[in-house]
Amino acid sequence: MVTTLLISIGIISLISVFLALLMVIADATIGNYGTVKISINDGTKELEVRGGQPLLKALNQEGVFIPSACGGRGSCGMCKVRVVQGGGEYLPTELPWINEEEKKNQVRLSCQFKVKTDVAIVIPEELFSVREYTTVVEKIRDLTHDIKEVTLLLKDPAKISPKAGQYVQFMVPEYELTDESVYRAYSIASPPGDSSRVELEIRLVPNGICTTYVHKHLKEGDTVTINGPYGDFYLRDTDRNIIFIAGGSGMAPIKSMLLDMEKQGNTRKAAYFFGARSKRDLFLLDEMRELEKKMPNFTFIPALSEPQPEDNWDGEVGLITDVVRRMTKDGSNSEAYLCGSPGMINACITVLNELGVLPENIFYDKFS
Amino acid sequence: MTESMIPFAIFFASIFTGNILLTNYLGMCSFLSVSKELKTSLGLGAAVIFVMATTTPLNWLVYQYLLLPFGLEYLRFIVFIIVIAAFVQLTEMTIERYSEPLYQSLGIFLPLITVNCAILGVSLFMVIREYTFFTSFLFGLGSGIGWFIAIIAMAGIRQKMKNANVPPALDGPAITLVIAGFMAMAFMGFSGMIALS
Repeated sequence: MVTTLLISIGIISLISVFLALLMVIADATIGNYGTVKISINDGTKELEVRGGQPLLKALNQEGVFIPSACGGRGSCGMCKVRVVQGGGEYLPTELPWINEEEKKNQVRLSCQFKVKTDVAIVIPEELFSVREYTTVVEKIRDLTHDIKEVTLLLKDPAKISPKAGQYVQFMVPEYELTDESVYRAYSIASPPGDSSRVELEIRLVPNGICTTYVHKHLKEGDTVTINGPYGDFYLRDTDRNIIFIAGGSGMAPIKSMLLDMEKQGNTRKAAYFFGARSKRDLFLLDEMRELEKKMPNFTFIPALSEPQPEDNWDGEVGLITDVVRRMTKDGSNSEAYLCGSPGMINACITVLNELGVLPENIFYDKFS
Repeated sequence: MTESMIPFAIFFASIFTGNILLTNYLGMCSFLSVSKELKTSLGLGAAVIFVMATTTPLNWLVYQYLLLPFGLEYLRFIVFIIVIAAFVQLTEMTIERYSEPLYQSLGIFLPLITVNCAILGVSLFMVIREYTFFTSFLFGLGSGIGWFIAIIAMAGIRQKMKNANVPPALDGPAITLVIAGFMAMAFMGFSGMIALS
């Protein structure tokens, strides 16, 4: 009995060791492409990496982070990068994500494209400032019955410099809902001024991998890994009037923009429409009223779509789109910043177009 | 049938009468997900032929000379899987290194089928049916060709179906499974010719 057991363990180990050895040898010989050079943005930055690995991974190791949600399995299509030299043919695994326009621009899926020779790539300038941060949860606070505000204190590196309105990716480790770590994007709610902290507003979505983790498992003092900042949702430097529209945790980037405006002494005319179902979904009212006092050109307009009798609500009532339509005369000299669910954003874009806001002056951050 | 004809009967039977996909319903997941495009189906089908034709005799050797002598037949599931995975990985690395066009058309699909149940299934049938080394090779090759034919046929049908008015509830995998059922019935037409045992 014991001998059979030993023999079977022995044989299995023998086969495994032999095959593992074979793989190691193959990796060092066949899979060895030497060192290759990656030249970024016309030589602004030159990297030397081990050849044969996916571009995404190679860049990652050198501290250049390309946004990616699936972790390099070619299933989210987010990690697109322009490879202007040394690209070669498209792989069948990239094609589902690449359209004709992108083909002309030599856009590649960086998790599938492997660097085997020297390549030249073009990435948005802002990605250079993207880093991975180790942080500690400093505070968790309930904003409403289903939205929590999480304050992260940066440890390594200790400082971040986002633009107001940008987002970070939050790494959820393995736990009961996921058997591998995944990333989810959340807007930064704190103003850029405080470079040592990042505040996120996270609404509980039933069975959401990250939101469940944050609401049910995350405690003060826990370590959290984030990377960022990403995104082109930030305040444009113009003189136009501003229309902010948000719902639920869409408050986060708008709050960051407003606090930044206040700090910079920005006197542009701004109206902030915040939509909620009933009073229990409203939050940060005092902070917004405070901002109204400090900024004479700013108005905060919360609106409830289904006010409850016990709410004693005397503010605006109706869908946020109706309230925006009612309270905006002429949008032709306005810029709009929207953050919320895709349904809300699409409806708002239609209304804003009707009010005369030019499509190129509408910026949004859709939850997906 | 004379003794010398048997290997070729097995080869023929594994393609038609005992088609691994349509009679055993093995390798269904990649069959359903990749059969949307004819071009990718060709690549995946070719990869399956190659892997089946090579891993089946390889596993025959491992089984005959490593497992049987020590009475370790019950380890064949795990051992076969490891052998297939390592072999496929090595082949992929080699192809990627030495032939870009071949990697484009075939190599890229290899990792997709490493853990395909049809590949393991063929190796396990080979053991149950007590094939020789040569018949194992023919059986692997034939099963691969059978799988290839099935996915090509399905891809052709699905491309035609793009212009058809499929009821929304049936769209996607559902209608594909229904069609696979019809195809299996059509292949039953071959079954009187030769039986696999």
